[in-house]
Amino acid sequence: MPEPVTTVPSSTSLPDSRGRFGAFGGRYVPETIIPALDELANEYDTVRDDPAFKAELAYHLKHFVGRETPLYFAERLSELYGAKIYFKREDLCHTGAHKINNTVGQILLARRMGKPRIIAETGAGQHGVATATVCARFGLNCEVYMGEEDTHRQALNVARMRLLGARVRPVTSGTGTLKDATNEAMRDWVTNVRSTHYIIGSVVGPHPYPMMVRDFQSVIGIEARRQVQEAEGRLPDCVIACVGGGSNAMGAFHAFTGDPSVRLIGVEAAGHGLDSGRHCAPLTAGTPGVLHGSASYLLQDADGQVAPSHSISAGLDYPGVGPEHSYLKDTGRAEYHAVTDAEALEGLQLLAHKEGIICALETAHAVAYLKHMGSQLTPDTVVVICLSGRGDKDMDTVVKALNLTA
Amino acid sequence: MSRLSTRFSELKAKGEKALVCFVTAGDPSADVTVELVKTLARAGADAVEIGIPFSDPLADGPSIQAASQRALETGMTTAKTLDIVRRIRAEVTDLPLILMTYYNPIRCFGLEAYAKAAAEAGADAHIVTDLTPEESEDWKRYSAANGLDTIFLVAPTSTEERIRVVAEISSGFVYGVSRTGVTGARADVPVELQGIVDYIKSHTAEPVCVGFGVSSPDHVRSISAFADGVVVGSSLVDLIHRERENPNLQQLVIEYVSGLKAATRA
Repeated sequence: MPEPVTTVPSSTSLPDSRGRFGAFGGRYVPETIIPALDELANEYDTVRDDPAFKAELAYHLKHFVGRETPLYFAERLSELYGAKIYFKREDLCHTGAHKINNTVGQILLARRMGKPRIIAETGAGQHGVATATVCARFGLNCEVYMGEEDTHRQALNVARMRLLGARVRPVTSGTGTLKDATNEAMRDWVTNVRSTHYIIGSVVGPHPYPMMVRDFQSVIGIEARRQVQEAEGRLPDCVIACVGGGSNAMGAFHAFTGDPSVRLIGVEAAGHGLDSGRHCAPLTAGTPGVLHGSASYLLQDADGQVAPSHSISAGLDYPGVGPEHSYLKDTGRAEYHAVTDAEALEGLQLLAHKEGIICALETAHAVAYLKHMGSQLTPDTVVVICLSGRGDKDMDTVVKALNLTA
Repeated sequence: MSRLSTRFSELKAKGEKALVCFVTAGDPSADVTVELVKTLARAGADAVEIGIPFSDPLADGPSIQAASQRALETGMTTAKTLDIVRRIRAEVTDLPLILMTYYNPIRCFGLEAYAKAAAEAGADAHIVTDLTPEESEDWKRYSAANGLDTIFLVAPTSTEERIRVVAEISSGFVYGVSRTGVTGARADVPVELQGIVDYIKSHTAEPVCVGFGVSSPDHVRSISAFADGVVVGSSLVDLIHRERENPNLQQLVIEYVSGLKAATRA
């Protein structure tokens, strides 16, 4: 098995020094945390090309996370769709999702900055579990903010976090979902900023988070790009990933952004349907705005109030999206579509039946998009899908939605 | 001369410090907010901040979060907040009115259109909680063109370099955040505060007002010893909410605020 490649690319042109991806990104936060963002940006700047840091990160990614993850040829699904479909198996990472690629990177930074306390927000609980895991591994205090509604629909992950020694703080303000958990985590950070590092779980938030989380997740695409060339002798025709905040998609896309022949397809959650108004598809159906520290596409009403979102998938249930996705959308480098709750459930069952893999409901959105590709798929089409997480955490939701108990 | 600078000159001449009071627009209703602001002026408030409610007030503690949510539930909007300002301004000509909000609502309104509308309504200044000097270029252009001050915040964590940046760009006054944290009433005043205020004052001719956690005459008195003013928000918002059904609400506000104002007089 080859050594895992470093997740920190040595040079990228965006964002600019102010954290801007074109018109998106930046830093819209209370003054109190600006010095902490400066400290973090400086620390990250110091380590991103430091061979010792890269070696330390690579060590933990290999021995603790279990990288590299396989690029798996999905034989029966390929037959069904008449194309060559590969899955990048991030569900096989320790803790069951790609989220840990980022938390390992950030915990190493937090240790270097001497911060003894870690906070995080979580929706599906995968980032919360990944954060609690690295905090246990490195002996740091951990508090995770989670919307109260999410603590119910992802009860298994709440139990995992507690078992790992983290304190889970249910959030009842606002809509009680990921957006509100993020507000609460920001408030904690503003209050305890001197002792605390905030491990944001997606490519969202104020600079440097969108860049840094992308870099830590870019190992997905870096590995997949090499693996698909080994398997097929060429680059894929498209890379597909689900998009909530967008970290697995950014991680999968980043290594391919310089390959114009590779279509980058992000799949958002259309919830009950884009026309229903109950969805989480800011790139497909939102408008530019500012939330949680950066400018990006957003679900909002005519008065600039953030609109409630809905998805069957807690991890996609977020009204915003990472600023780099907004940039990739507006420049046309990536395309974004949305599939409904019902389609995602179909995708989840299809993958289970055809490949013996129960994926997360988030990931199921990416799988479900295949059926919309129709004649775009030919026997020569090579597709890489980021299988961002496994589905154990969603069993309660899936059982209820599909009436599997009878 | 702006209403804010006129007011600070008058206070200086009288040997008093400024009492700035905060209310959330539309909590409990637009009509009550108009009455409350007039009452605050009568009770001795030297300037009033009116909060434009936002769905995700991440710099605010529980009191103002809840007030924002209540206001939004009554249908309060950015445009309706400007209507409130217009109604107040029609009756109170000299009270400085500061609008406090987050960036997204005014960005969504359109920065240029909003600055024009706010100035026409009779607002004097803005505090945009999540807009730092680095991101404020567009807003400053339109606010300045419409004669509006923009008040920026200095935090206890701000480096000396940042304090200089904020002190330079802030107009109307500089807002000194008393502690790390969100808005909300607290039991005490942090000890390191005076040093921060002194440092800010060494870098700007603008007055320095201190807020976050200020709720009692004792707090006001101790901060007035070294700052040019104090901002009281959450405790007033709590009082208004607690007594919203009380026919004596305005009288209770007068009693509370006049007690705070007395503490600004040396």
